[in-house]
Amino acid sequence: MSVVSSYKPRQGRNVELLLVIAAVAIVLLAYLNVELATTGEIPPGTLTLVGGYLALAIGFHLVLRWRASYADPLMLPIVTLLNGLGLVMIHRIDIANGKSIADGVALRQLLWTAVAMVIAAVVLVVLRDHRVLRRYTYLAGAIGFGLLLLPLLPVIGTSIYGSRIWIQVGPFSFQPGEVAKIALAIFFAGYLVQTRDALSVAGRKVLGVTLPRARDLGPILVAWLASLAVLVFERDLGSSLLFFGLFVAMLYVATERVSWIAIGLTLFCAGAYLAYLVFGHVQTRVLLWLDTFSPEALQASDQLAKGLMGMAAGGMFGTGLGRGRPDLTYFAESDFIVPSFGEEIGMIGLFAILMLYVLLVQRGLRTSLGTRDGFGKLLAAGLSFSLALQCFVVVGGVTRVIPLTGLTMPFLSSGGSSLLANWTLVAILLRISDHARRPLPEASAPSAVAEARTEVVKLR
Amino acid sequence: MNAPVRRLSLVVAALFASLLVSTTLIQYVFAADLNARPDNRRTLLSTFARERGEILVGQTTVAKSVPVDDEYKFQRVYDEPNLYSHVTGSYSFFGALGGLEQAENAFLSGSSDKLFYRRVSDLFTGRRAQGATIETTLDPKVQAAAADGLEGIKGAAVALDPRTGAILAMVSHPTYDPNDLATHDLKALDKNYTALNKDPDKPLVNRTINGDLYPPGSVFKVVTAAAALSTGDYTEDSELPGPAVLDLPDTTADLPNHDDRACSPSGKVTLTEALAVSCNTAFASLGMEIGADALQAQAAKFGFGDALSVPMRVTPSTVPAQMNQPQLAQASIGQYDVRVTPLQMAMVAAGVANRGVVMQPYLVQSVIGSDLSVIEAADPQELSQAVTPEVAAQLTAMMESVVEDGSGRRAQISGVDVAGKTGTAQHGEGRKAHAWFISFAPANDPQIAVAVLAEDGGVAGSEAGGGTVAAPIAKQMMEARLKR
Repeated sequence: MSVVSSYKPRQGRNVELLLVIAAVAIVLLAYLNVELATTGEIPPGTLTLVGGYLALAIGFHLVLRWRASYADPLMLPIVTLLNGLGLVMIHRIDIANGKSIADGVALRQLLWTAVAMVIAAVVLVVLRDHRVLRRYTYLAGAIGFGLLLLPLLPVIGTSIYGSRIWIQVGPFSFQPGEVAKIALAIFFAGYLVQTRDALSVAGRKVLGVTLPRARDLGPILVAWLASLAVLVFERDLGSSLLFFGLFVAMLYVATERVSWIAIGLTLFCAGAYLAYLVFGHVQTRVLLWLDTFSPEALQASDQLAKGLMGMAAGGMFGTGLGRGRPDLTYFAESDFIVPSFGEEIGMIGLFAILMLYVLLVQRGLRTSLGTRDGFGKLLAAGLSFSLALQCFVVVGGVTRVIPLTGLTMPFLSSGGSSLLANWTLVAILLRISDHARRPLPEASAPSAVAEARTEVVKLR
Repeated sequence: MNAPVRRLSLVVAALFASLLVSTTLIQYVFAADLNARPDNRRTLLSTFARERGEILVGQTTVAKSVPVDDEYKFQRVYDEPNLYSHVTGSYSFFGALGGLEQAENAFLSGSSDKLFYRRVSDLFTGRRAQGATIETTLDPKVQAAAADGLEGIKGAAVALDPRTGAILAMVSHPTYDPNDLATHDLKALDKNYTALNKDPDKPLVNRTINGDLYPPGSVFKVVTAAAALSTGDYTEDSELPGPAVLDLPDTTADLPNHDDRACSPSGKVTLTEALAVSCNTAFASLGMEIGADALQAQAAKFGFGDALSVPMRVTPSTVPAQMNQPQLAQASIGQYDVRVTPLQMAMVAAGVANRGVVMQPYLVQSVIGSDLSVIEAADPQELSQAVTPEVAAQLTAMMESVVEDGSGRRAQISGVDVAGKTGTAQHGEGRKAHAWFISFAPANDPQIAVAVLAEDGGVAGSEAGGGTVAAPIAKQMMEARLKR
């Protein structure tokens, strides 16, 4: 009996197209909302701007159809929506600062978006199989740690508002930490996939927890020291937490040993507490976090307090886009873009945005589950978790869950390096998901035996 | 490796759950507290950047919100700033300061519950909420006459329509420019406010209703006379002793007349004559005869002790309780601890003018919504029957004689019978006396009642009584009203 399997896994490309169009439609609505609320008229360039954005998104969609037709169909629409909403909010802050679209931050952000999407598309086209990345494990590691510590170099490293996480070359400034995130995820994935057996099996058991051997502790100590260096010398708790958290999470996924998490958390808490005792800037951050409205804290910085008041002004439903005063908070378009959204679209709107991130991270983790190779699994889990952790560090910072840090909200915040890195990150996730969802090629053509009818012997 | 990835997703869920909780705490649970913080600029802005209603005097707008191109959206502008400063008050970044801006803030800002249905309709039509317009009772001509008369003088002038209680003029000098406080330049605002606040002449204080209260001096004799006539034991012709100096009981102190002379050659005066020449000794002995209770009761009937709002709060005027005879003698001529506002003395004049009925004073004629519908209109209310119509008529005749051939001749208006009373109030050794004049006109058909106060006797110095400084100002105001 010939069994011709008619089952074909759904690619979801048409769903993706519809969702992308819907995402751009939401962005268009938000843009019109801002314009009507602030200037009362629809600017002439609307069609060009939104049309251009739609063209970019559909272009990316076509690249997926061409080169990754089984890729996850939800990631691109989610990212398109987040990036577009970020553009609208940045434009809205521009208006509040009296800047037109031509000389505002939003247009630059739109250009960066285009560049980021093109680079992400190129990554998809060039990187036919994510496993290629494994070949460059140690190169990625070198690049990652190099980028991470690059801002400490004397000439190019610049300190902006206390955090030394920028490099400045000529007119260009760049936050290398964002790119380092991807390079390090690749390095950790490659390294851990090689060493996971040694790390997970060997060791003594104490109180039911298998402790690693002393020599296996090396990598985690190196990562810990590097993250402490970031915390102390770059004065950036966010990056430090992000890299160390990423490493510990991937270590746990690779080894399935809870002891790594315990060791990691202990090390981080100890390091952070030491830094708190020794360094004044860490103490200031903690004061701002725990006692935001005390006179001493307001003396140091009233940014967090202003952001909180902005969110409170928005309340449950928000003031409406274009009708609040998010510009009263410094960096309302970058570090504090989340309170800006909270003020204008309210708690409900902010919940919706957070859910978009949850959905994106969940799709990433789902990709990790579905991937067959260990490297891809680790890489997808690491990249997804780094997104989640970054959101937590940023939103937690502005809502007083943890001390405020200088990280940017992926896709929303103004900033070219952040956009480049996060679009590339999504491109890699899409590539892995294409691999995960693509049906296995048939091992060989059905043999003649399989084709042959089963003879039923008549007994009578 | 799938099991740890699944657990990792639980960690992600926990991270985001904590963010949802923190967001809810900020935007819902503690939002009201955060919004109520005094340093919350957004709350300040949302109240400040609002199109407030106008304040009208007659058909003229004296306060309005003009759209401007800054973050506060509307600039409050006061036309004729110095003339109406104490009536309008000012609307500054720190909130409404004084006057109708403060007292009628709910209507002007549009937040009043009486505008509720309008607000709901605004919500649906997408119109920005607009405040209601306040139409005052002021007569611009009377106001201008009062301001003109008080030019260069520290003092106050109030005019009432005795039949309704409508305030026709309310002027306090020195004055200030409310535009200085409505400026959007917060540094300049701070500087201006500090300067005005530190000024020893207190230009921000509305002296007509809530300055430091003043001793009324001889204008209070109208109240004493009203109390005496109301007992029924006295008439306008009752004879009183009018020596140069009255020997006060239980004390070594004496009570002299202003010029240290007897009020008449005979040493005896009628009540009418005593009022006409403002005879201290006669009224002091009269007060001691009728007693403190009668004097206090009469004062209370004229509105002393009442906490009025016009709608600005009026400091209650007082006659002290518990007085011994010498104190009562002093109080009967408006000294000792009798303390009044100019508005209160205008109410005394108006009460006499209005056949003994004191009307509740008010400054707001109507409140008009942005669609020109009347939300509230003034409804004149009787405050009290201070004296019987008969006593009022007697007092009117006596006060007419003050202007006809007494101390208040300078308030005479040709062709009009004017009733009035001068006052010169001592307030401390070596300090110039306050000059007072209260009056109403025409005596037979009163249309305006006036009280004028010139602190420290105005420019004319210590010798000047109410007759020389205050009476001419009152005259100007009455003329402005009667000349139609």
